[in-house]
Amino acid sequence: MINLFINISYLTANTLMILAIKMLSTPKTARLGNLIGIAGMFWAIAAALISLHLSDYITPIIVIFLGGIFGIYIALKVKITALPQMIAILNGLGGLAAVFISLSEVISQSKNDISNITSLIIGGITFSGSILAFAKLNFPRWSKSVRFPGQYIINLILSLSVLGFALGYVLRNHPEAFYFLAFMNLLLGFMLILPVGGADIPVVIAFLNACSGWAGVSVGLSLQSPVLIVIGTIVGTGGTFLARTMTKALNRSLLNILIGGGNSPTTEIDNSPKIANIGSPADAAFIMQNAAKIIIVPGFGMAAAHAQHALKNMADILRNKYQAEVKFAIHPVAGRMPGHMNVLLAEANVDYADVFELNDINNEFQETDVAYVIGANDITNPQAKTNPNSPIYGMPILEVEKAKTVFFVKRSLGNGYSNVENPLFFAPNTYMLYGDAAHITEEIVKYLEA
Amino acid sequence: MDIWYLLNIFMLACFVGYFTIREITPALHSPLMSVSNAISGIVILGALITLKSDFGFLDSFFSYLACFFAAINIFGGFAVSQRMLEMFKTGKHK
Repeated sequence: MINLFINISYLTANTLMILAIKMLSTPKTARLGNLIGIAGMFWAIAAALISLHLSDYITPIIVIFLGGIFGIYIALKVKITALPQMIAILNGLGGLAAVFISLSEVISQSKNDISNITSLIIGGITFSGSILAFAKLNFPRWSKSVRFPGQYIINLILSLSVLGFALGYVLRNHPEAFYFLAFMNLLLGFMLILPVGGADIPVVIAFLNACSGWAGVSVGLSLQSPVLIVIGTIVGTGGTFLARTMTKALNRSLLNILIGGGNSPTTEIDNSPKIANIGSPADAAFIMQNAAKIIIVPGFGMAAAHAQHALKNMADILRNKYQAEVKFAIHPVAGRMPGHMNVLLAEANVDYADVFELNDINNEFQETDVAYVIGANDITNPQAKTNPNSPIYGMPILEVEKAKTVFFVKRSLGNGYSNVENPLFFAPNTYMLYGDAAHITEEIVKYLEA
Repeated sequence: MDIWYLLNIFMLACFVGYFTIREITPALHSPLMSVSNAISGIVILGALITLKSDFGFLDSFFSYLACFFAAINIFGGFAVSQRMLEMFKTGKHK
């Protein structure tokens, strides 16, 4: 009887958690979906605690409670701008949990099965990779792609030795091989993420998210738990789907990103003298006052300068005082994690009905008076369409060059992450606004209010 | 349980995952990742299962550590998702 109850509980928990993901499809149902996910998770844990007949119930509950308090504390304390770091850490902890489960299994059962090894390998790579991804996100000095001669040979040797120790453990059943494997594996995860540069981090975050799911699947196969397999797979396919969406939006492959092929220097640099129009916030305010339609294109620079609140303010004034139509256009790889810009705009209370994706808004630029590009560069570079020799050729872009007037809010005239010159900066209808994204936008607001 | 039976479940779950996640609006891709983080904390079941066998201090210690980290994922993931989702609003100017 109790067995029947337990099985029904696991089945229900599984269903609820899949339903939770399904309900994330629109913002209307998403909040309820999250609550349903919480219900499913509690049901699963309760069923496990009841069915396992542990000799000691108190300690696991205390441990879960402590972890829970810690988790909720960081979830409530973390700044919205630091969300990519938080996601990176959570990816890593998922991997780390899988590592400790497989270590515990080795000690208790000395069972040499392949799925236990794969959960150690995937979990370990997820953990050390995520820690490095966190460091790259949190400390701008670390964010550069790190490459040195012989790097790929070292990676190859590491991968082969991981494989060798795994085989040694499975065939010969040496627990020592397992510990050594665990260590080499952490090193490998670190080395894999080392060459990835700042703007490619969203892909890596999605990739590590998937890995934490695949690690869960391995644990499930090893412990023969269908719940773990199903939920792990949902997480794994989700992360894989996101990573694929990102790589498509960069027109690159995951392999190319992991070996750091992103910011190869431009093949030819055109040194002919070019002059960019330099505008002022007053000019921008004047042109916007007379515009009927304005599209705002945010990028990582907006996040770095915390300009989303000033931006929302500007959009409201343009809408209410000058009756302009204001929309936000978001490129899939803008920011440091999938959906990063959407969350920041939502934080500033921007209505999500005003925020549009690349494919939904791209044909509107030709009827747009002003495109306000704030802290973005590569995702608007027309060379992606026109110059087959350009490293970013083939990447889908937001076609801001079709707008009547384009404003670029930038710190300097430098090239973007991809190190490709943006010819749009020198176009006759483009004006550069140099300075901090938040400061420039606040200045424009002042002139608009006057 | 037979490994082939489990692999069949795995294969079916791959399709369910793909077709479910494909429908999610790109605006919610960040909450999707944090909810994924939360539900990937389901490995806590694995940690509890390994607690059942007691082969000395190190065995239990590793299981409890796994329990602790998975709990951070579950609670932290759901809490941060809820916080994000509360911010997505519509219909303020019409």
